[in-house]
Amino acid sequence: MSVDHKTIQKIAHLARIRVSAEEREELASELSNIFDWIEELDKVDTNDVDPMTSVVQASATLRKDNPNDGGYPKKITANAPEAVEHFFTVPKVVE
Amino acid sequence: MGEILKGTKDEWEVVIGLEVHAQVLAGSKLFSGATAEFGAEPNSQVSFVDAAMPGMLPVLNEESVRQAVRTGLAVNAIINLRSVFARKNYFYPDLPQGYQISQYELPIVGEGAVEIDLPDGGGKTIGIERLHLEQDAGKSLHDLHPTKSYIDLNRSGVTLMEIVSKPDMSSADEAVAYIAKLRSILRYIGACDGNMQNGSMRADVNVSVRNPGDKLGTRCEIKNVNSLRFVRQAINFEARRQIEILENGDIIDQETRLYDPDRDETRLMRSKEDAHDYRYFPDPDLLPLDLEQSYVDELKADLPELPDIRKKRFVADYGLSVYDASVLVAERDTGDYFDSVAKNRDPKQVANWITGELFGHLKKNDLTLKEAPVSAKKLGELIDLITNNTISGRTAKEVFEKMWRTGSDANEIVESEGLKQITDAGAIEIIVDKIIAENPKNADEVRGGNSKAIGWFVGQVMQATAGKANPKAVNELLRNKLKD
Amino acid sequence: MILTDLTIAEARNMLNAGDISSVELTEAHIRAMEATSSLNLFITETCEKALSKAKESDTQRLSGNQGKLEGIPIGVKDLFCTHGVMASAASKILTGFTPCYESTVTKNLWDAGAVMLGKTNMDEFAMGSSNETSYYGPVTNPWQRANEPKVKLVPGGSSGGSAAAVAARTVMGALGTDTGGSIRQPASFCGVVGMKPTYGRCSRWGMIAFASSLDQAGPLTRTVRDSAIMLEEMAGYDAKDSTCVDIGVPEYEASLEKDVKGVRVGVPKEYFLEGMPEEIRSIWDQGITWFKEAGAEVVDVSLPHTKYALPTYYIVAPAEASSNLARYDGVRYGIRIEGKDLQEMYENTRAEGFGREVRRRIMIGTYVLSAGYYDAYYLKAQKVRTKIAADFRNSWKTVDLLLTPTAPSAAFVQGEKMNDPIAMYLNDIFTVPASMAGLPAISVPAGLSSDGLPLGLQLIAKPFDEELLFRGAGILELAANFKEKPTLAA
Repeated sequence: MSVDHKTIQKIAHLARIRVSAEEREELASELSNIFDWIEELDKVDTNDVDPMTSVVQASATLRKDNPNDGGYPKKITANAPEAVEHFFTVPKVVE
Repeated sequence: MGEILKGTKDEWEVVIGLEVHAQVLAGSKLFSGATAEFGAEPNSQVSFVDAAMPGMLPVLNEESVRQAVRTGLAVNAIINLRSVFARKNYFYPDLPQGYQISQYELPIVGEGAVEIDLPDGGGKTIGIERLHLEQDAGKSLHDLHPTKSYIDLNRSGVTLMEIVSKPDMSSADEAVAYIAKLRSILRYIGACDGNMQNGSMRADVNVSVRNPGDKLGTRCEIKNVNSLRFVRQAINFEARRQIEILENGDIIDQETRLYDPDRDETRLMRSKEDAHDYRYFPDPDLLPLDLEQSYVDELKADLPELPDIRKKRFVADYGLSVYDASVLVAERDTGDYFDSVAKNRDPKQVANWITGELFGHLKKNDLTLKEAPVSAKKLGELIDLITNNTISGRTAKEVFEKMWRTGSDANEIVESEGLKQITDAGAIEIIVDKIIAENPKNADEVRGGNSKAIGWFVGQVMQATAGKANPKAVNELLRNKLKD
Repeated sequence: MILTDLTIAEARNMLNAGDISSVELTEAHIRAMEATSSLNLFITETCEKALSKAKESDTQRLSGNQGKLEGIPIGVKDLFCTHGVMASAASKILTGFTPCYESTVTKNLWDAGAVMLGKTNMDEFAMGSSNETSYYGPVTNPWQRANEPKVKLVPGGSSGGSAAAVAARTVMGALGTDTGGSIRQPASFCGVVGMKPTYGRCSRWGMIAFASSLDQAGPLTRTVRDSAIMLEEMAGYDAKDSTCVDIGVPEYEASLEKDVKGVRVGVPKEYFLEGMPEEIRSIWDQGITWFKEAGAEVVDVSLPHTKYALPTYYIVAPAEASSNLARYDGVRYGIRIEGKDLQEMYENTRAEGFGREVRRRIMIGTYVLSAGYYDAYYLKAQKVRTKIAADFRNSWKTVDLLLTPTAPSAAFVQGEKMNDPIAMYLNDIFTVPASMAGLPAISVPAGLSSDGLPLGLQLIAKPFDEELLFRGAGILELAANFKEKPTLAA
């Protein structure tokens, strides 16, 4: 299956990764190759097969409702590229 | 039936579906142990999990699950014994993981229904499509800096229930009644405080229009409407906007819009323009949630009496009007209050006291029922004093006023202020005789057949006794004495 | 006696006997780190912390209250968050990120007394099979071809730094992580023991996620016994990881005392690949013989969906990764590359912060989850995964262990496969199936190739049957008697 430039552009935007025209070219051909290879899976009959949800075959464990975390805004913002008074900051967003 | 809107060319019908987001009342967040309270310092209620630090993992809060199941049961819905958490992927600064953990294909609650009460006294059944659990996002503040938005993650990860209705509503009235009923149910069972101002309950409103009988039109979603008034205004504006577009021969684009209350209009939400591909998939950090039927049954048995059932009981057992019953059951506290006062008393009289004096005082003082200085027990005692002729209805209102101000009980006030009615017939008779003797002309009028004039005598006796004479006894005496 | 040649078990006994101190042992390894610095084994060295911890360990030992790994110096793959030390995942995007928390697995090791020498190099976000995708440069395998000693070889990946550091005698053992073979394949390339436990055996909390349904921490060591010793301390239930399983941790080291008489060892015919190098085949045959000689019953089995495991993996793992790596957005940690607005800031940060292989996998993952492709790719892959797991479940009716080669070749030359993603992906062809089914597996050095490079054999066991896995591995180790040391070891 071939992946075209337009698709690469769309996917790159969804993934928020800037791609140059040159990279677009390379990615289109690499992804096309990879998806050709993946097409092998079409040969597997998966009618009436449930998709795997978890390899450990167990269900969720629940946590007691104890408020026992948080309260350390300094640590939360310690690694931020930009923070003001314990807020993270980003370029202004227009809603 | 829903209302018909008239455009310049055609007649139109509005179709409304609501996605109500209700914050679950819990001590900690859906997947972390940080607290979920409202209004703290920025990023102070944030754990490493909520800030999506590398390597952090979610663990499900059992209280969130419990409240979702209870809510499902309260809206008569199917509880799915297996449900799956899925990731909804999109980029936004207040969404630290880059995905919201939500439920997609297998929500915890399936189809249900809610009965709504309409202003004209009628009702309607609104279908529930599903209810699922999801994480709330953080908060972006856009007005603290000229070129930056500030991000506070305190809300990030707080448990929300998204309750999705079917597109069963056809007017703003119905939408408002639906939210009000949902809010009432949520507050009854203690799953959500229903506070729309703080954002613990908010609605995404889906609006489309069509010519009567046509298939559904293209809808627009108005995000995050946070008051009943705005829901009404947003729907009305949006319906008009869509009708205008269609009557101009254009088509509606399916889009996400925001309601701007300052301008009373909806506008396109720019940040959501390209958010059409959320790439949902089951969250591999969380295993499927499996519930036992016995767990669901226990929660069902423990549910309190819900407003619709209670309303029917108030009508059937107490003989209240449907209107009075609706008013009294809207809040669980009010219903409880009524129940406890009405026991062994005249229900109609109790209802009047609650909807009249009590509500009036609460409103004037901006208090909730829980904060009221007059408890159910105290109101009951006051009403008993009327019933056993210790005080008159009029005196009772004064006593209530004093009870409200001082917190004392009715007996104390009546006792200490000497407000007890004079029921001693002998004492009243002396006064009656004196007044008849002093006013022969008026007495003759009554004897001459003008029965209305007897009211004048009643007034005179009451004045002479400072209102303490039992009006019934006074009436009887006067009638006897002034018989022709 | 060369301290850096000691195994963990030997060092433990000597420490307990008071023959050596942890400070001596740690200093010897720090010197080894200096001597092997050209191999680029570490992203962050924590020698000072190591020495002060070693001192504490020696004091602790005097009190007679020592942990099972008291004073043992180890390396930690830079995918684990350790308090106060940069955690980079070998990515530019996490430059400078210093966690204020400690991963559960490393905490367990420190509680047992282990000493951290540093954070080992790896493929960026554990994506790679050669340790060449690291932002901090490739790791060089301490092994060299007998006839071409100048050619730099890859250590395998993604736990390449950990495997190479163990082989080069700079650490006594190391933590790795395995998603599709990231512990076992580099173990095979570097001639060490690499063990991936059952999914859910070790907590993933504090381990930077690549593909959540596959990632699992495991030890890299020079002996099977050391592997058992380390896993016993690493493993255990953790309420902070919902996928961690709440069952007790057996005494793995003790399980090594038992033999494998009557144990049924399966040989899956689908692992015989056409064009597979002869020496891989013959080492596999050798392994079969060793088991027979040890009294095991060797049985031919079929795992019909084996060949679909790798393409399935390259849908599932990138899909999960595309979502797991969305959090690296330049807002809360790591680097930020500004742009004219928020969207540009995101796109610049992620384009510059992620290397080429990571970007490629995010693109694949985003694609297979996107509208219109989800059913054809992601859902299909998860269904095939069910069938792969069913194959294994079926085989457990007739066998107790499965024996396969670990990798289709010995270590290859740096740069050889960097421009051919599929050729690179094929490195994991024998390791991925067990990963897809969440099964425990181990690679044990079994011999040398004609070039003089180590080759590993892989054993796979039932879920949570790590004890039998270690027993089987012990048999291979004993029979192989692999004593060779890489030329570039300290």
